[in-house]
Formats: sequence, structure tokens, C-alpha cells
Amino acid sequence: MNRSYEKTFSVEGGNFDNAGMASIEIKKILKDLQISDDVVRKAAIAVYESELNIISYARNGHITLYVTDDAVNVDVRDEGPGIEDIELAMKPGYSTATEQIRQMGFGAGMGLYNIKTCSDRFEISSTVGEGTHLSIKINRNGQ
Amino acid sequence: MTLADIAKKLNLRVLCCTDRLDRVVSGGYVGDLLSDVIANSRAGDIWITRQSHRNIVAVASLKEHAAVILALGKEPDDETLEKATDEGVPLIVTNLSGFEVAGRIYELLTRS
Repeated sequence: MNRSYEKTFSVEGGNFDNAGMASIEIKKILKDLQISDDVVRKAAIAVYESELNIISYARNGHITLYVTDDAVNVDVRDEGPGIEDIELAMKPGYSTATEQIRQMGFGAGMGLYNIKTCSDRFEISSTVGEGTHLSIKINRNGQ
Repeated sequence: MTLADIAKKLNLRVLCCTDRLDRVVSGGYVGDLLSDVIANSRAGDIWITRQSHRNIVAVASLKEHAAVILALGKEPDDETLEKATDEGVPLIVTNLSGFEVAGRIYELLTRS
């Protein structure tokens, strides 16, 4: 499939100062590409949660946006602790967030669940001690 | 109904982006968990929260909220205010509780 647009964003773990900035930029790009509002809304949620996961848990990571004729794709790779039990991590409300993260209103245990809900295809793989990889696809023309 | 109308009727204190008070408020959302607000609020909402750190600005900007209301007189720190000014997100403070301010705005929006 033809990739009509591709861009990668670096996200620094632990840096809450710029949290959400990659998501805001990606949303602007998608709007400029005249992607439909509903697809932009889903992509923005998925990217924001991915970005916050890197910041909250990993040392660093990359978010790659690529747009094809039929879908908006987001690839998220981080270097971090990885996820021991993916099934448990996917459960709404389950979180390993620290008290400091929770006090800011993050770490509600909704991140991965929200990403999955917004995706038409969602794949997650993780290696403990190395990092986590998310592959997110949102169809452009209905479901 | 515009932000200016709501701010005037409820005697709210607008801290920044006063040039954006002509924005139309289409609804509202109350929440302190950012994942909840990201997933469930809509563009044009006025977001009522107890959070006051700078990350609220990114959430409001991403969701295209009309404004953020900090309830119970919670003042944002300087960094939050600076970021909100840069991003064009009006920050509003009220001494009312989240419950009260949400109820009054709901009444204004459904009556108009």
C-alpha cells in the first residue's frame, strides 16, 4: 500500500513538561491531510495514550505516523521495562502507575484499553527489560 | 452561547486568552482523570476540573475544548498559565465547586 505520508516523533520518558505535544502535532497533520473528523478523533486518543505511556513508564520511545490510502497507522516503540502480563495490562482500571503519576490524573489504567477501542486493528508485543511495541491501524473509510 | 456570555453570567474569572471569549460552547465535561477526559469529552466542550498542572493544556488543546474551568478557586501555577497562553486555551477560575458550576452551565446551555 502506498504510504502517502510518514513522520516519526521522539518521546522522552519521564518528561511530563511536553506531554501531549507529539499528539497535538499529529492531529494537526491529519487535519491538514483532510482525514475525516471521526478518524482524527480516534487517532488523537490512541496517540495521546501511547505518548503518555512512553512518558510514564519507558526511558524513551518513538511514535511513527504513516498514512495510506485506506488507513491511518501508528507504530509505537519504546525502550523500557516492558509488560509482564499483557492481558492484565489491557484490562480497564489495571495500572502500575506510581502515586506521583496518579496525582496528575494519569495512570487510571485506561490507556491501552482506550487505544484498542479506537483502533480497527491493534497489536501489542512486549519483552520484559527491553520494551513494548504497539501497532495501531484506524481505517479511513468506515469500518 | 459564547464563553463571554457564560463567564459574565456566572461571574467567572478568565485568566488568559481573553481574545478567545467569542468561542461558542457546545457542551461540557467534568473530569480529573485525563484518560477519561481524552476519551469522552468533545470539541467545543468547556472542561471543568480540579487538575491545575500544565498537562491540562495539552489535553484541552488536543480535544479543542472551548476553555478549562478550575473549580473551587484552584489557581494554576505560572507554567500552566504560560502554556495555556501560548496554546490559546482560555483558563478560567471559579470559587464554585465542580458540581455547582457544571449545573449552572448546563442550565444556561439547555435554556439557550
